[in-house]
Amino acid sequence: MTNAAWETLSNQAIATAGLVYFLALLVHLAEWAAVRQPREGRELQVAAAAGGSRDGRSATSSTSEASSGRVAFLGRLGFLLTALAGAVHLVALVGRGMAADPNRVPWGNMYEFTISGTFVVTLLYVALYKRFGLGWMGPLVVGFVVTTLMVAVIWLHDEVAPLTEALNSPWLIIHVVSAIIATGTFTLGGIASVMYLVRARAERRATESGAELTGWLARVPNLPALDRLAYRVHAFAFPVWTFAVLITGPIWAHEAWSRYWNWDPKEVWAFITWVVYAGYLHARATAGWKGRNAAVLALIGLATLWFNFIGINYFSSTSQHSYAVERVVEVRSVES
Amino acid sequence: MTTATERRPGELTARELTRWSWRQLTSMRTALVLLLLLALAAVPGSVIPQEGVDSLAVTRWKDEHPKLTPVYERLDLFSVYDSPWFSAIYLLLVISLVGCIVPRLFVYFRAFRAEPPAAPRHLTRMPVHATFRTEQSPAEALAHARQVLGRRHRLRRTTGGDDSVAAERGHLREAGNLLFHLSVLIVLAGFAVGGLWGYQGGVILVQGSTFSNNLTQYDDFKPGGLFTTRQLDDFRFSVDDFRVEWLREGPRAGQARGFEADLSYRRGTRNPDDYTLRVNHPLEIDGTEVFLIGHGYAPVVTVRDGEGDVAYTGPTPFLPQDASFLSFGVVKAAAAKPGQIGLEGLFYPTFEMIDGDPVTVFGDDLQPTLSMLAYTGDLGLDSGASQSVYVLDKSEATLVTGEDDKPFRVDLQPGDTVDLPDGLGSVTFERVEPWIRVQISQTPGKEVALGGVVLALIGLCASLFVRPRRVWVRALASDGTDGDVPTGDGEDTMNGSGGTLVEVAVLDRSGNGETDQVLADLLEQLQEAPK
Ligand code: HEM
Repeated sequence: MTNAAWETLSNQAIATAGLVYFLALLVHLAEWAAVRQPREGRELQVAAAAGGSRDGRSATSSTSEASSGRVAFLGRLGFLLTALAGAVHLVALVGRGMAADPNRVPWGNMYEFTISGTFVVTLLYVALYKRFGLGWMGPLVVGFVVTTLMVAVIWLHDEVAPLTEALNSPWLIIHVVSAIIATGTFTLGGIASVMYLVRARAERRATESGAELTGWLARVPNLPALDRLAYRVHAFAFPVWTFAVLITGPIWAHEAWSRYWNWDPKEVWAFITWVVYAGYLHARATAGWKGRNAAVLALIGLATLWFNFIGINYFSSTSQHSYAVERVVEVRSVES
Repeated sequence: MTTATERRPGELTARELTRWSWRQLTSMRTALVLLLLLALAAVPGSVIPQEGVDSLAVTRWKDEHPKLTPVYERLDLFSVYDSPWFSAIYLLLVISLVGCIVPRLFVYFRAFRAEPPAAPRHLTRMPVHATFRTEQSPAEALAHARQVLGRRHRLRRTTGGDDSVAAERGHLREAGNLLFHLSVLIVLAGFAVGGLWGYQGGVILVQGSTFSNNLTQYDDFKPGGLFTTRQLDDFRFSVDDFRVEWLREGPRAGQARGFEADLSYRRGTRNPDDYTLRVNHPLEIDGTEVFLIGHGYAPVVTVRDGEGDVAYTGPTPFLPQDASFLSFGVVKAAAAKPGQIGLEGLFYPTFEMIDGDPVTVFGDDLQPTLSMLAYTGDLGLDSGASQSVYVLDKSEATLVTGEDDKPFRVDLQPGDTVDLPDGLGSVTFERVEPWIRVQISQTPGKEVALGGVVLALIGLCASLFVRPRRVWVRALASDGTDGDVPTGDGEDTMNGSGGTLVEVAVLDRSGNGETDQVLADLLEQLQEAPK
């Protein structure tokens, strides 16, 4: 296959993946709607109320057999579609790498970074689906991935191009792959933290009005389980991020620019993200900061992470990390 | 003695106050707040240009914001990361860290040698517990439990007559946590060493020229606070050849890649060596490293004065203005008579006229062209004040004009010579040489910092993934009178009663474990028939 053919394949695969993700989103929304159906035709199931299952999912209460059967079917279908979209997504990544001459990892610019990062989100979701019972997360994950892919295709798309010289290093592979994995993982953790806050609020409201949580929110794990899930995902992402920005990043920077840490805006924000997440981990161990505040901190961390990736490139012209523009030789005034 | 008693109340308060402050400072909450403050304090430096990162941008910013500049300067906003307020935050954090870690080290040391605590009296009151019945005798059940738990736990020594097993695992979590926090200090130390004793210097070297490592040879030099010139290693190197590969097609056509400079270098009086310097592949000479960080063109220009003497000749580095390698430069012929001659203008690597505009269509020097204006008179070179070689002081000089009173253009391609009007002299463009910009630096402490981060990462992983927990198993001879006696045909056990009631409780000490799952797995193992 020629490089151009690979590139076309990659573009088509992204479009297809986007479409399938979108279908998955529709299915998940239908699932959601089915859960929210009015109470008529439901029976009270006492058994369901007895004790949550071990992943902390609160008891799915009072759903008629037929309706719960439909919900389960839609949920499974949505998951299958997501997994399928993920596979096509992977094809797009491979195509991108094969289209470059010489072949390389598909992490040369923001478009490529974004499609790789979203792929990691999907991959992790699919991989952890069973183990952590992530079914409830479906609409959120797929919604996020579809939106981000759309942004990537519309605003960030760039032709396949060879890497600039400074990017041409084995450290690129290690550094960027770990940054991408961490970014995808933090994003997944962020989704759990968002749900923590949403559910905490809903629970507060429900207690005030004396009602029970209903609909989709009732399927979301209870607060301690959400908190634990968020923690575990973040606890995986944090060392990976540490490895990416505090080990491989500096090693690479040292080889390319002679300084392992230069307080370049990209570095500064990577550091800020790191410190905020360290704060999150502390918060979970500090009375008065557990739960809600910790979740807020996790989201601040996520905001700094994505800002660093997308925002800083537009915001700051001094960053040496800008992907698109080759750094023009910098020469300070020289005394004669 | 009496005076001591008199002072005592005040003294106590002071001590109390100190203690109270110390406890506050080393509390988890303070650490958390300081961490968030540190994150916040790092923000301005990413928005405002920093002296240490891009001093050119700082100068530009100051020119554009004359009103804000003094305020920003007072707040150290152009060097945030060296500023007293930024340092104050991380120093407080370090103190808090030490204050937090040291006592924990002692606690850890004691805990490490201590035995797992004995089983609480009522295991069934623990949050995560279970009971089951077995036909084994209590002693058998306990022996089995010891065997099962002993594989992955530390067990409390038994004293005769114990009715329970106490087990504990996961000490490494705390060890990892301590290692992580201590390593943060190591990283800071390595970083500080680099800041104090390191240096970075930059120099532009035209192909064919030689650099020897002493201060006068650098174009710019940034030493650390405690740097001394004795640190400059004794070496020389010359740039024998420089090659660039230009992309001629594809979406990045015009981009340069594959930069390579052939160096021959020599340390002290040792034999010379060769090295091919490339981006991402620095040359290391003892503790000093040489990096290739940029390149450009140096037109070789010869200026003859009105008397026909060569007033200036040599390669003159022009500075690239953007990625097209359109470059700006200055030639100063101070020795020219009757008047000094200065030239200022642009170098086009691949010149072309497009719609009447001169442009360079490629970065490679396929059609090298110089287009400059000439000045004569006093170029300010004799005043003694230092002057940049890239700036022409035109305040006392006059622009050379042609017969039509328009500025006289010196437009040249290699081999061309132009006579300046009024018998001022002539300018010849001989050829083009490439130049490279190298960064020469020492970064002491970088191995320390790297080692520190690696240790920190190891500690972090232990701290995040090891799950510390305690498990207790108690076996009680059951008299079979419980309401819920399960088995019917187990009556032939040794004590002839209804078997043994086994209670199991699990306590997760990190608060993050899946204790229910742990308990379920454990029950399964305990209930398995011993082999
Ligand atoms: C340079 C500043 C600091 C950084 C970057 C930092 C970072 C971290 C990180 C990433 C963790 C999570 C790993 C884990 O859970 O074990 C952690 C945990 C912890 N840190 Fe720090 N820390 C700092 C300062 C402090 C200080 C000053 C204290 C003392 C109050 C402290 C006490 C703790 C404790 C007790 C934990 C364990 C929390 C738990 O059990 O989950 N840290 N720290």
